[in-house]
Amino acid sequence: MDDVIIGLEIHVQLNKLRSKMFCGCSTSYHDAPPNTHTCPVCLGLPGSLPVLNRRAVEFGIKVALALNCRIAEETMFYRKNYYYPDLPKGFQISQYDYPLATGGHVLIKGDDGQERRIRITRVHMEEDPGRLVHAGTIDKAKYTLVDYNRCGMPLLEVVTEPDLRSPKEARLFLDKLRTILEYLDVFDGNLEGALRVDSNVSLAGGDRVEVKNISSHKGVEKALSYEITRQRNLKRRGIEVVQETRHYDELRGVTVSIRTKEEAHDYRYFPEMDLVPLRIADWVPRIKAELPELPDAKRERFREQYGITDDHAKSLTSEIKVADFYEWVAARSDPKLAAVWIADVLKGELNYRDLTIDSFSRDHMLEIVRMLSEREITDEIAVTLIRTILDRGGSPREIAESMGLKRADDDYVVQAVREAVADSQEAVRDYLSGNARAINYIVGQVMKRTKGRADPSVAHRLVKEEIERQSS
Amino acid sequence: MLTQLKEEILSGSAEEYLHKIFERIERSRLNAFTTLARESALEAAREFDARPWKGALAGIPIAIKDNICTKGIETTCSSRILRGFVPPYDAHVIERLKAEGAIIMGKTNMDEFAMGTSTETSCFGPTRNPWDLERVPGGSSGGSAAAVAAGEAPCALGSDTGGSVRCPASFCGIVGLKPTYGLVSRYGLIAYANSLEQIGPLTKTVEDAALLLDVIGGHDPRDSTSVASEKNYLNSIFGDVRGTRIGVPQEYFGEGVDPGVERAVWDAISVLEGLGASWKMISLPHTKYALPAYYIIAMSEASSNLARFDGLRYGLRVGEDRDWHTTFSEIRAMGFGKETKRRILLGTYALSAGYYGRYYLKALKVRTLIRRDFEHALKEVDIIASPTMPFPAFRIGERITDPLSLYMSDVFTVPINLAGIPAISLPCGFSDGLPVGLQLMSRPFEEGLLLRVANAYEKATPYHLRSPEVV
Amino acid sequence: MITIKDVEHISWLASIRISDEEREELVAQFNTILEYFQQMDEVDTEGVEPTYRVVDLANVFRDDLPRESLSQEDALRNAPRREEGYFRSPRIV
Repeated sequence: MDDVIIGLEIHVQLNKLRSKMFCGCSTSYHDAPPNTHTCPVCLGLPGSLPVLNRRAVEFGIKVALALNCRIAEETMFYRKNYYYPDLPKGFQISQYDYPLATGGHVLIKGDDGQERRIRITRVHMEEDPGRLVHAGTIDKAKYTLVDYNRCGMPLLEVVTEPDLRSPKEARLFLDKLRTILEYLDVFDGNLEGALRVDSNVSLAGGDRVEVKNISSHKGVEKALSYEITRQRNLKRRGIEVVQETRHYDELRGVTVSIRTKEEAHDYRYFPEMDLVPLRIADWVPRIKAELPELPDAKRERFREQYGITDDHAKSLTSEIKVADFYEWVAARSDPKLAAVWIADVLKGELNYRDLTIDSFSRDHMLEIVRMLSEREITDEIAVTLIRTILDRGGSPREIAESMGLKRADDDYVVQAVREAVADSQEAVRDYLSGNARAINYIVGQVMKRTKGRADPSVAHRLVKEEIERQSS
Repeated sequence: MLTQLKEEILSGSAEEYLHKIFERIERSRLNAFTTLARESALEAAREFDARPWKGALAGIPIAIKDNICTKGIETTCSSRILRGFVPPYDAHVIERLKAEGAIIMGKTNMDEFAMGTSTETSCFGPTRNPWDLERVPGGSSGGSAAAVAAGEAPCALGSDTGGSVRCPASFCGIVGLKPTYGLVSRYGLIAYANSLEQIGPLTKTVEDAALLLDVIGGHDPRDSTSVASEKNYLNSIFGDVRGTRIGVPQEYFGEGVDPGVERAVWDAISVLEGLGASWKMISLPHTKYALPAYYIIAMSEASSNLARFDGLRYGLRVGEDRDWHTTFSEIRAMGFGKETKRRILLGTYALSAGYYGRYYLKALKVRTLIRRDFEHALKEVDIIASPTMPFPAFRIGERITDPLSLYMSDVFTVPINLAGIPAISLPCGFSDGLPVGLQLMSRPFEEGLLLRVANAYEKATPYHLRSPEVV
Repeated sequence: MITIKDVEHISWLASIRISDEEREELVAQFNTILEYFQQMDEVDTEGVEPTYRVVDLANVFRDDLPRESLSQEDALRNAPRREEGYFRSPRIV
């Protein structure tokens, strides 16, 4: 796939802000009836004027710094003129010349396992349009309904250089970006429409196609794969790929042409005179000082501070909430044991149930890790506890007690080993005649008799000792 | 005037006074109003009579140009595309007027979207000049000016993008002030060219203009270009003009200027000299290029400002819906008048790919040069004096068919908007029985000085006392 | 020189349909007006910065505080066509 060239334009909704970009309407519209979060400004009523949200600029600078960009000495807004029903003023307040920030980069692990540096062209601020509800699909609807609740939501547009080489890389990049945004606490990726992607896709030597309306970072791999296959097939049939804009139809999983090169927009950018320039260079040191530890740095520190593997460190830092959860538990227990149980077990169980880390109490996790390190419970019991808590609730100790899930005491295990060895004479013979693996069968019998409460490694040792004692 | 009227209304009846002017409007042939807020105004007047409130404008009715949003009162910009639009909010200036006790009596006719010099492009038909019904009242705030001149309103607000307050003030023989850009909040003013325009008062006297400016001026956090200012214009207008240095720009006289206008303006300069001011000729060398620069900037901004009128959220929507682009293009074709379309289309062209540098950016650079002309001149002099308009009111229909000749009549008013400085037009005589306006300009935010000089001139001359006979 | 094709393109960009008669008239008017505008070409603007704004303001903000919005009824009050709390727009294509 090394002939694939992908660049992304990502629209990030700064939905952790309380009010919109240029007016005081609340940003928590997600479950509200249509057109209940609007005012003269975001409805574009005649005579209304925009006033910029200071915190939106601070958030923008935060993100730009985290993406290693240079912040502009002076930045200003432009009008991007085009007509569409979701755009109530007939223009979008955006940036053009003099964007907020330029020239950054993000590191991802590429397809070949090597670290790759994806360059960020620019980061700029703009306002979100409203939302269209088509009666059917975009190309067949009889009419369209418009809800302006989303209109004026603060957006950051992050533009990459065409540095991505596959749909998977594009997804990895977006995963990384999302992680960074969540670390910065500017963005809740779980809200609908929080991250929207447009992309430029081409095959080496071919024309560039813009694919719009990729509404989630999960959809990006599918949309890009479809588009690349489409372009490859055209090429195979001897048809040239033409420069155009295509719309990704998520339901059908295809891209459809919406504009040819000839119909390309002429946005007639010019300065937004209702807003004044921003001279915010002197904000940068303060915001930089307040930046939280970012994923790459945290991963590095986890490895060093807690002595855990790089894979565990990566897994534990991929979400800020998981990282905080881990650090809390690690500080109070065996960090290596905590890493294994959170990264390998808990995350898997959460994923399986489509739950987030918020669904599990860190106190419970700490208790389980402590019970494990004090050898009160076995691994199997620990797994059972995690599953039971997720499915039915309760605390580890309660569940362990009520279900009799305690590590068996030694006498009990020794008794079970004696019985198992006595009942498995055939396996004992096999073992003595050189088949080392035959012992596993007997250990299995011990586990069965103790209902999993024996420690398998202890059982293994005891079985071996019992056979040796018997045969001597 | 207004101070006196306030006393009269307080000792008499606001309701009676309103009835009197509403009757006058009903008999009038001027077509100065687009909407009369009869019921809400009379109700306010009755409340005032029952329990008078305080305020700089307590009980005073005021007429508002129909591009300033009034909550609950239809606001149309004299355009078919906005017919029926009732704003759910008040413009900043309306809030200020109400807070000082004024009563909003109605909305006045204007050139559609304030694009014009004659109030002929209104979808409600032209407003007539009270001094001669066959002539235009000037524009674009022609309704406001005609109403004040004819006694149909004691005072009014207009908006001035390239002369739209000063031109009709000049043609109707009243006072019109364009404040420094940023002094009056534009929140609620329906934009034509937002980097150029300001709301300003139209009144019978300079004192009244100062009183209104005190009310509507000052910082508004809803307008990012609004500037904090001291508010004591009414107090600053009294005093003499001894030692004031007046500059007379050579480019504002001569070819194309009506001899009667020139004579009246020179007489006015002599009056000011007699009051102790000095004068000298100055040069504003880029004056000739102000018109093209102004029109390119204004049209470009207009093409974007007027993009929101699509019949979706408010305004005109007729016929069966087809696809979005077709429906929208049809509504805009029907809803906008000829001149508005012309300006939107030319502005679209000036901003479009390949022409931005040649037209729009070039105009912004010329704007810099014009601004510098004024900066230099206003280092040597305190006030610049000129005619407001090169000629008195022309006949209805005389220029409307030739857009360029109409544009050219704004030659002395548009440079002021490009520079952002304040200017006032006040009556300074007559040419062939038609009023002539004297334009005075000052440094930014020196409205105090500007109004003082204007007031001194007014007190020394009788022109503001004359009213048209038609009423 | 502005041509009929230019005027058609501008009318498409500005989303204003123009009739055949209008088209002819506009071509003539635009050429006259633009020719007049072109006298700006005489001015030497080499090294001259454009003036975007006449007020020298920077960093004007509001605080991130939510305020009350319009009611749905007030938001839709002026809408010529609406449906179930939405503005009703013509179809997109």
